[in-house]
Amino acid sequence: MALDRWIALVLLGICLAYGYAAWFTMDAGLAPFMKRAPIWPSTFPKVLSILGIVASLTILLGLEKGEAKIGEIDYRRLGDYHIGQALLLLGLMVAYALCLRPLGFLFSTIAFLMLGSAILGERRWIVMAVVAGIATFVVWYLVQQVLGIYLRPLPGFIGG
Amino acid sequence: MLEGLLIGLQTALSFQNLLMVIAGCLIGTFIGMLPGLGPMSIIAIMIPVAISMGDPSAALILLAGVYYGAIFGGSTSSILLNAPGVAGTVASSFDGYPMARQGKAGKALTIAAISSFAGGTIGAILLMIFAPALSSVALLFHSSEYFALMVVGLSAIAAFAGTGQVAKAMLMTLLGLIMATVGEGALFNLPRFTMGVMDLQSGFGFITLAMAMFALPEALFLVLKKKEMSGNSGEISDLRISRKEAKSIAPVIGRQSLQGFFIGVLPGAGATIASFLGYALERNIATKEEQDEFGKGSIKGLAAPETANNAACTGSFVPLLTLGIPGSGTTAILLGALIALNVTPGPRLMIDEPQVFWAVIMSMFIGNLVLLILNLPLIPYIAKVLSVPRNYLIPFILFFTLMGAYIGQNNATELLLLVGFGVCATALKFADYPLAPLLIGFILGGMMEDNFARSMQLYDGVAFIWERPMTLGLLVLAAILVVLPSYRARRARLRAAGVADGD
Repeated sequence: MALDRWIALVLLGICLAYGYAAWFTMDAGLAPFMKRAPIWPSTFPKVLSILGIVASLTILLGLEKGEAKIGEIDYRRLGDYHIGQALLLLGLMVAYALCLRPLGFLFSTIAFLMLGSAILGERRWIVMAVVAGIATFVVWYLVQQVLGIYLRPLPGFIGG
Repeated sequence: MLEGLLIGLQTALSFQNLLMVIAGCLIGTFIGMLPGLGPMSIIAIMIPVAISMGDPSAALILLAGVYYGAIFGGSTSSILLNAPGVAGTVASSFDGYPMARQGKAGKALTIAAISSFAGGTIGAILLMIFAPALSSVALLFHSSEYFALMVVGLSAIAAFAGTGQVAKAMLMTLLGLIMATVGEGALFNLPRFTMGVMDLQSGFGFITLAMAMFALPEALFLVLKKKEMSGNSGEISDLRISRKEAKSIAPVIGRQSLQGFFIGVLPGAGATIASFLGYALERNIATKEEQDEFGKGSIKGLAAPETANNAACTGSFVPLLTLGIPGSGTTAILLGALIALNVTPGPRLMIDEPQVFWAVIMSMFIGNLVLLILNLPLIPYIAKVLSVPRNYLIPFILFFTLMGAYIGQNNATELLLLVGFGVCATALKFADYPLAPLLIGFILGGMMEDNFARSMQLYDGVAFIWERPMTLGLLVLAAILVVLPSYRARRARLRAAGVADGD
């Protein structure tokens, strides 16, 4: 089964769960006066869930014929691409999200930019540090001073 | 209209807004030139900046400037490197790149700039004529017609998705609508589908979703493919074109401005379709000897898609500004930004906030002028950005997507959502699911449900569907739009299999 049909299967599951929530769990808690209204909070989701199930089944069962074409990246040969780098970068983004508050903006961002370049194969550490440092300070200045959005600059234990 | 023009000029010519146009065009050109980053990612990245400015006209002017700049920058990399930065400029590389190979890069860039300028300017004039007319019709619309109109818009996007793609586009639109119902709606003060998670109480963040759908997958694709983009752009000199060449492209520009504009107005058909259709049309109506030139460096073949894609960009503002219904991913993002700034685009926009409407139109003229007189001479220098090593570029793109999502909500959970959705979006992109319908559905979802609910309440049930002829007509049109492509595909298949048509 091709990837697009696997995805359709997953989406079918989502639509079924959504439909279950809309049809069977939402109306019970409705206030009595709202029950007399022509539209309930669950009305629109009920319609959507049915349409979603129909659309995902159409793809899953292959009712709409289309020529199978290979996209920009052939996912069947993912190993040929730089999948490792992509996964490492995603991991780095998650790490950044988790570190942003506790370690402060300046440190996390410099580390993120340097490690990001390093994952992609850059080894000129001094250039990387300078570029990352300048960019981080410029962005911090713009966001904090010009836009006025608070970003904790330093790690919590230093008092940032 | 004259009064409106003056209001627009007054707003657009303020120092701040002029700066916005110039900044937007330059940033757009800069980033649009990078292969793989389309206007949607750039605008998504720019939204937090635009929203925090607080002034809707300035924000829209900035984002519109970024939009043109990106299209213009995309054509530059198409011509110089044969690596289109934007899907709408793929057709420009057919003839632009051969011209650059023949040492006529400067001339190709000039033709591209002039055609873009003409397409954008003529498009803006058409917008000025058609938008007020359309919005005075739209003022007669009831909430049920609005609901029906949105259904038509969403189905048109699915219908234009291409063979074998209609169900996928439909499913993506529905998924967007489903995601829009998560959180607390305005109509019923009741959290829905939050699964008890507090962070979902206010729904999914629109900026987060926009970044995850466009910027992140594009950046990941850049990592995966590792296409070297450090092609030698060489010397760019001799930006002049001769009078004879100008004369030969003038009719092309005239035709393609009109055609591109009207294609841009249609929901779901944007700059990309306009540029390919424009190229095809001009090749078909050219004389025999000119036809042989196409694909080998024909100036007509370059002028056609360049004019068409800019005119289409302008055209796509018509449904956004008059009906409040975006027809493309880019205008959907613009709509989201406007709503965040407390401006609701739609027929009332021209009455309630005329300065926003007219300032945007005026800024289109100014923006096109900026692109022509400021960017063109700067192109040889801006093209240097193409030699920025990707080892530095990609971490920065990722960082800006993260920053955009973070600034919008000031919440680190949003970043995890961003990465999660980004991975899902990349998987969807692998399987050739279109992502723009999801975002359009997400943005229209709230409005659609509100209008649906209002008409249900007014008519005490679904009677509005048959009691209002215009609603019924629009809904029938929507159904035809969805069914027609698969019906035609089926007939074509039957015919290919040797079965008689029956008529």
